[in-house]
Amino acid sequence: MKAIIYIGLKPGVLDPQGRAISRSLNDLGFEEVTKARQGKVIELDLTAEDPAAAETRVTEMCEKLLANTVIESYRVEIED
Amino acid sequence: MKTAVITFPASNCNRDAAVALEKITGVEPVMVWHRESELPQGIDFVVLPGGFSYGDYLRCGAMASRSPIVKDLVAKADKGLAIAGFCNGFQVLTEAGLLPGALMRNKNLKFVCRPEKLKITNSNSRYTSKYGSTIDVTFPVAHHDGNYYADDETLNKLEKRGQVVFRYADNPNGSARDIAGICNEAGNVFGMMPHPERAIDPMHGGTDGINLFKSIIESI
Repeated sequence: MKAIIYIGLKPGVLDPQGRAISRSLNDLGFEEVTKARQGKVIELDLTAEDPAAAETRVTEMCEKLLANTVIESYRVEIED
Repeated sequence: MKTAVITFPASNCNRDAAVALEKITGVEPVMVWHRESELPQGIDFVVLPGGFSYGDYLRCGAMASRSPIVKDLVAKADKGLAIAGFCNGFQVLTEAGLLPGALMRNKNLKFVCRPEKLKITNSNSRYTSKYGSTIDVTFPVAHHDGNYYADDETLNKLEKRGQVVFRYADNPNGSARDIAGICNEAGNVFGMMPHPERAIDPMHGGTDGINLFKSIIESI
């Protein structure tokens, strides 16, 4: 089983890297870009068998280490 | 007076911190490796040094804040142990939950390395009492992720309780409300992005950092 965790800055938290990406895309001619937010993806291989239980455990991992909930939010997807 | 400096993989100001502590206390500090599960007996003041612990993997200070020695520091901070974190040490303290908020990428995305003018905004803290009526000091800064963030409610609380100890005169990194250094509510835990331990020798550009160490050490 695999867990995919998407971590990004919370809405309202300034993302200077996202802003730089957005400006750079505009400079390359992609005028339609009005905003970019940068985050990260973490993939975990798990020995778990029950997806619901795995999600609970991965959420605990996010709270304890993978995300800093002062500034970041996260979303967990479990894949077979 | 016994002091300690915690060393993580890729700490790089541990020696600077040790030199500063020895200069002020006259006693060599104990250097404690991050894998230790407990501080040696009788330590009165602990410094978490600057650097790039664990190569800033995941987030600055994130891995270091989960190391065995930091668990012991969290327990002892609750009992009143004096702990200061400078630069990466400040990042570790916020990641460990000992100080509120977080340090993010500098607003202009640039690594900033220069002498930085600061204002002491609480002269009664345990880390600033020896500065007397002095308000303007200069400490070096050297960081890429020093942009202090906390939500408005937290910032208001910090200000109301006098926990904002230093502010930037000319904000180099986008920190909320120009915050450069804060302490916890009890006043024993302190963190700042600038480097007071690099401002203790006239040959290195200034000695404004000395009184910070004198303040906390005399308060113990």
